[in-house]
Amino acid sequence: MTVEPRLAEQNAAIALPEPFLRWFGEKGWSPRAHQVELLAKAQSGQSVLLIAPTGAGKTLAGFLPSLTELAVRPRRKPGQGQRGIHTLYISPLKALAVDIERNLGKPVEEIGLPISIETRTGDTPSHKRQRQKLVPPDILLTTPEQLALLIAAGDARRFFEDLRYVVLDELHSLVTSKRGHLLALGLARLRNYVPGLQTIGLSATVAEPDELRRWLVSQNPPGDMSELIVVTGGAKPEISILDSEERVPWAGHSARYATPEIYREIKRHKTTLLFVNTRSQAELLFQELWRVNEDTLPIALHHGSLDVGQRRRVEKAMGENALRAIVATSTLDLGIDWGDVDLVVHVGAPKGASRLAQRIGRANHRMDEPSKAILIPANRFEVLECRAALDANYLGAQDTPPLVDGGLDVLAQHVLGCACGAPFRADDLYEEVRAAAPYTSLDRITFDRVIDFVATGGYALKNYERYARIRLNKDGLWRVSNPRVAQQYRLNVGTIIEVPALNVRYVKAGSKGSATRGGAVLGKIEEAFLETLTHGDTFMFAGKVLRFEGIRENECFVSNAPGSDAKVPYYGGGKFPLSTYLAEQVRMMLDDPQRWKKLPEQVADWLRFQADKSVLPKRDDLLIETFPRGNRYYLVAYPFEGRLAHQTLGMLLTRRLDRAGARPLGFVATDYALAIWSLGDMGAMFKARKPSLGALFDEDMLGDDLEAWLADSWLLKRTFRNCALISGLIEKRHPGQEKSGRQVTVSTDLIYDVLRSHEPDHILLQATRSDAAAGLLDVSRLADMLSRVQGRIMHKNLEQISPLAVPIMLEIGKMPVNGEADETLLMDAATLVEEAMGPEMSEG
Amino acid sequence: MNFSLARTSLIAEADMIGIAGERAVCDPRGVLYFPELRLMAVSDLHLEKGSSLARRGALIPPYDTGATLLRLQAVISDYQPSIVISLGDSFHDGGGAERMHASFRERLEALMAGRDWFWVAGNHDPEAPADLPGETVRELAIGSLLFRHEPSKVRVEGEIAGHLHPCARIVQRGRSVRRRCFAGDGGRMIMPAFGAYTGSLNVLDRAYAGLFRPESLMAYMLGADRIFAISRSMLRPG
Repeated sequence: MTVEPRLAEQNAAIALPEPFLRWFGEKGWSPRAHQVELLAKAQSGQSVLLIAPTGAGKTLAGFLPSLTELAVRPRRKPGQGQRGIHTLYISPLKALAVDIERNLGKPVEEIGLPISIETRTGDTPSHKRQRQKLVPPDILLTTPEQLALLIAAGDARRFFEDLRYVVLDELHSLVTSKRGHLLALGLARLRNYVPGLQTIGLSATVAEPDELRRWLVSQNPPGDMSELIVVTGGAKPEISILDSEERVPWAGHSARYATPEIYREIKRHKTTLLFVNTRSQAELLFQELWRVNEDTLPIALHHGSLDVGQRRRVEKAMGENALRAIVATSTLDLGIDWGDVDLVVHVGAPKGASRLAQRIGRANHRMDEPSKAILIPANRFEVLECRAALDANYLGAQDTPPLVDGGLDVLAQHVLGCACGAPFRADDLYEEVRAAAPYTSLDRITFDRVIDFVATGGYALKNYERYARIRLNKDGLWRVSNPRVAQQYRLNVGTIIEVPALNVRYVKAGSKGSATRGGAVLGKIEEAFLETLTHGDTFMFAGKVLRFEGIRENECFVSNAPGSDAKVPYYGGGKFPLSTYLAEQVRMMLDDPQRWKKLPEQVADWLRFQADKSVLPKRDDLLIETFPRGNRYYLVAYPFEGRLAHQTLGMLLTRRLDRAGARPLGFVATDYALAIWSLGDMGAMFKARKPSLGALFDEDMLGDDLEAWLADSWLLKRTFRNCALISGLIEKRHPGQEKSGRQVTVSTDLIYDVLRSHEPDHILLQATRSDAAAGLLDVSRLADMLSRVQGRIMHKNLEQISPLAVPIMLEIGKMPVNGEADETLLMDAATLVEEAMGPEMSEG
Repeated sequence: MNFSLARTSLIAEADMIGIAGERAVCDPRGVLYFPELRLMAVSDLHLEKGSSLARRGALIPPYDTGATLLRLQAVISDYQPSIVISLGDSFHDGGGAERMHASFRERLEALMAGRDWFWVAGNHDPEAPADLPGETVRELAIGSLLFRHEPSKVRVEGEIAGHLHPCARIVQRGRSVRRRCFAGDGGRMIMPAFGAYTGSLNVLDRAYAGLFRPESLMAYMLGADRIFAISRSMLRPG
């Protein structure tokens, strides 16, 4: 949609002060209709949600109400006290706040506005934070965690008393996580300080705008919504799938086969942004590109684990158009403005249509010109998925996840934060919390249990009254019991749980870091990965091949290992499961040979072979193949419901097959399929209906079997750890504390075991279970699938492996098998000892 | 002194070892039992660790004492020892016995009844636990065995100690498995911590430096229902 210039000018004249009009005029621009409309609605006192594609001038639109109001605000008279914050801008990324400071500073300076703009993030030095408290800027750019900290300060009410607007950027991404829950609670608190507060939400296209409109305003009365402005259009992106001359691999995620073709595209364009799904993919692609980079083009690497200094250098170079290509993970996923990107390459399947749209929006920030993007599928199933994603993008499909109820662990954190700021009355806080959209259905009993949890742990065994963190005083107010509680809170605020990671530091080869102090820090790597390395192992990180030299306290020492043989980090596959919508698209495509014509010939051939040797599933059917191979029997199912749901299904099916006497040995799950192997002939068992497939896949597996498995699952322990950290049950590990060693900290696994056996209904276990069911296990998706396929299971008992089964069969052995495996591994190690040393060992 | 660790049979006596001529069961639940002496040793119970941390603001579940006692009850009822040695750090701090909930105290006293019970003094609980029966000792010699909390700096053959909370780690097929363990080198044995909230420290950590003859170090890792004997060469730090 293009803006009618005259209309815009007319409206602008009403709302825009003279210096703004002059500035637009000097630039040869005119305000866009949605910018003017937003300004008018804001000036009439409304909160507004602006949904617009990238490049539509969203940021300026969001700030116009603040800028115009500040432009005409009378100067502070001598003797008048400092004014508080006028506008709070909140973004999910620190980098975005920094970026906005730059982008907003420019027009403010050019128009000549007397407005101070500052950022406040985790990186802001403490002297600057203190100064900001004394002399607040007019516009403060910050993150949800910093807002929580500001609220927990004793001077919060005064600090925010002049607040007029809260601008929430990338709202669609904020609201789907626990950070969104924390932010919603923070907003409710701000509304308590300033009842007339207005919010302005900026968002990419979402499936349910009304959810976001409710999110932006107080839900007292329930169901209230902000105003809505939708900017449609933008030019249709030009997206293609790489039709490689090379053979597309059966399995794997590296897309290594396409490197020369990707390099060719980089050479053809000014600046190319290459997105991958995981960090290890990023490292690998970067290495591969440099291997073929005969023109030594400036190609850079950017991901969240790299040292922050290095990341800033890359971002700066990008902004100055000094780079020809940048390989990135989702750290660059959101709306940061990047120079003149004219091509986006997406390596690997995009997993969700919305995510794809977001990433393509990165190219070409002028919305009237088409963005250009190329998808590089890493394997054959990804070819199908890319095709489906591509079709979906043209249809404008949206599959952002539905919003879930606010986490109780987040609420616990907020309650403690509120108490740190000022004493509160439970009745008032309950009303305030329920006005936050994620918590509208919170009942009073649960709320009181959360308060009880914050105070004394909320245990049935009342043992900790004397250690309470907050106490109810005679005046009916809850107060922090001592200042140390507030200190602890400040160190633990936030909902982002970092996986334990170690600094990666350069040393000379062969030294274990003891002789030298070591060189530069390259970034951080998860402890869990480093634990699998031994001295001398090589791996890729920060775009280099490194040799592992050893671990000392919280640092991992590495040396350069030139040469190309690296043991690539394994990070459990992609983080994002295939979206429900895309899964359905893929199934539809398999069912429709007409659509195969759009696929590369080798992939279409693959499907034809499958139709010949076995069968292709109908759109709503579930195909199960069984076949013998080696001395094992295999079952391969193709639900296309994403790795998480398949993993859960695999756990439950192996339990059932075990009971049925099939003697299952293990399973492996991908986004597309699930393979189980056993000693018993499963194909023969299903034919004899002992058990029947219908009974095996009955929905009742989500009852007792799920309960029984969940109770011991490592997934639940990991979820519990997050809830325990977020709720403040235990403290986060801070740099420098690692030295205290394992024997003094209580591991959350131990706490989980004890709590589960002694108080299974404890509120934190309740929070853990609902988190796990929603996020980690995809139980609801599995439930939908099981109910969909009742009576529609198609069984093919084959003599040998089918073409469709090849990709997942190649994954076997590459992925670790969960469950009883730990004991098996111990057994292996013990057996090795016995083999080597014989059954008798004695010392004289 | 002749000190041998001999795995006799894989099945019936899988977890039987010999220490200084005394045969002992290395129980995967983390206790040592000497059938001929009818003696059971358990180390680092750290009772009331939960309430100890709660005093400093970490309100972790107050059920650790109950959980530890439940497990202790299970092994005691299996072996019915006439002598029980608690190898120190039985309570997480000096006030632990006093803070203990009355119901837990009763359970503990019931476990102690009819047995010779020794509280070896630990660094967390150097004094005798308040108002509990049993005899508090610095160390205890029985036959060729010497029980103390902290392993001696000099080598003492036949010494059985705790304090360090040993665990061991192996990596197989790209996966890492960490478990509590008994650690022995043929000369001495260090027991795993038994308490529900006790963490652990890798036997390859510097804290163990000089305690074992490296070439003979064995970790007896605790499995779900058996012990896994792993030699030094298979162990990983961290």
